[in-house]
Amino acid sequence: MRVNVALGYGLTGLLIAVILLGFVWLPYDPIAIDLDHTLARPSLSHWLGTDEFGRDVAARAMLGARISVLIALQTVALAIALGTALGVLGGFVRGWTDRLLMTASDAILAFPGILLALAMIAVLGPSRHSIVIALAIAYLPSTIRIVRSAVLSIREREYVEASRVAGDGALYTMWRHVLPNATPPIIVLATSMFGWVVLSESALSFLGVGVPPPEPTWGNMLSSARPYMHGAAYLSIAPGLCIVATLLGINMLGDALRDRFDPRAGR
Amino acid sequence: MIRYILRRFLLAVPTLLLVALAVFALVRMIPGDPAQVMLGEGADAAAIAALRGELGLDEPLPVQFVAWLGNVAAGDLGTSIVTSQPVGALILSRFALTATVVLTSVAFATLIAVALGLLAAWRRNRRLDWTISGAASLVLAVPSFWLGLILLLVFGVELHWLPVVGYVSVGEGGLAALVFLVLPIVTLTISETGVLTRMMRSSAIDVLGYDYVTHARAKGLSEGVVLRRHVFPNAFAPTLTLVGLTLGHLLGGVAVIETVFTLPGLGRLMVNAVLSRDYPVIQGCLLFTAVIYVLVNLTVDLLYPLFDPRVTAE
Repeated sequence: MRVNVALGYGLTGLLIAVILLGFVWLPYDPIAIDLDHTLARPSLSHWLGTDEFGRDVAARAMLGARISVLIALQTVALAIALGTALGVLGGFVRGWTDRLLMTASDAILAFPGILLALAMIAVLGPSRHSIVIALAIAYLPSTIRIVRSAVLSIREREYVEASRVAGDGALYTMWRHVLPNATPPIIVLATSMFGWVVLSESALSFLGVGVPPPEPTWGNMLSSARPYMHGAAYLSIAPGLCIVATLLGINMLGDALRDRFDPRAGR
Repeated sequence: MIRYILRRFLLAVPTLLLVALAVFALVRMIPGDPAQVMLGEGADAAAIAALRGELGLDEPLPVQFVAWLGNVAAGDLGTSIVTSQPVGALILSRFALTATVVLTSVAFATLIAVALGLLAAWRRNRRLDWTISGAASLVLAVPSFWLGLILLLVFGVELHWLPVVGYVSVGEGGLAALVFLVLPIVTLTISETGVLTRMMRSSAIDVLGYDYVTHARAKGLSEGVVLRRHVFPNAFAPTLTLVGLTLGHLLGGVAVIETVFTLPGLGRLMVNAVLSRDYPVIQGCLLFTAVIYVLVNLTVDLLYPLFDPRVTAE
């Protein structure tokens, strides 16, 4: 199983390296249209070829990595921050607050994540911010549930009891004792969520309701490649491989983290 | 048992009410006047006022909600702004296709995942397990729509075995029209097998560690019988729950798969409604899929005791 961990670090490291490189160097301007060189096959001057507007696919894939990762980071940060606050609150306070939170989570969970995001984007209008908000709300219920269940077991521990007996306020106990001990499952969740969000964002962009063109993401690159399957199949391959490599790296990293924090679940 | 069923039903009621409230609230969250947004920029004041009246937008919100809920309960989901068709009929006409693809795929995926998961758990940490687990991890990292595109490239564009675009329903095209469903079903089956296999393997590993399995082996039962009679029934329950969740979500629209294969299913209906800002259709699709999801999971909960009699005792 060591291979998995190496693959996780390797692919994630590669992704970060590509994004960092993209800040200082891109092979071509990823947005500029060049109608003299449309649909060029992969060659030495354009490693991954050019798209229907003559834009370099490699440059677009590199910028796409930056945009997808940024969206995923923002979404995960928002969902984890809100979900942790509400999950700790529900699990620690119990009673009506908890019941209300759980019913609301159940209701949100009843919508397929991608449809919920679609509907919210319909209301908010397609933009990077709407995607972040929509996906964060879609992933909020599972965060609340996972944090809450961790908190439910933590709140029965002696150190929490001790803090209560010592006369600490509920907020202080939650912040000082409950939250730090709930961190490992939250880190594992954040890692897997990062992968889900990359996947969901690419799906939304593929459907044409994600990141609006001309900004490239792997999803909208695949979407615009669909009509050129005959003749320019290479357009459909590179962005997909980028998604697969990213997800594989993140998932492996997530599995490795889970094994580290929770050896029983690993195997 | 009856108490268990009743309790399950009652638990679903508040969830469904909240779902309805969320769907209702969604359209009210649109910035500005919903009637104006629905009719577009160039609409005249009289048409907007008429639509406001029709939607009951001038009533207080709670009154609007109750009226809307009443219509929904009576089966009236409103009419599409774009096509003027009743939303309910529109959804039902698209749902058959989605349900066919999803139910077939999930059934195949479950069968494959149970077999592979049991095998992997049985040969844990051997080469067979690594192959199966590795393949499952790889499948998890492949977006279903990209898998679909690649299969389409190979079998449609290169080999010309299967159609690349278009759709003819079985009702119109006869059995020959099934060719349009082959790739979508294969794609979805492969995609769903990954996560189900992992779940089955992990719960089968748990069960293999129990004393009754050791006992069954000590009795001299063959490995096949041990896996079939002792491991499978006890390890299947968590996978069944996951099948329910998967089914519930997929029935709500495999929008990306339908987009890749140009199938006129429920997911595609919703995406097009979002693109054309057809709010009654968006509302109808959301409500329909959420209700389906709750009902599917309710059914799974009711099936649960068949596999795990301890559940009703709780």
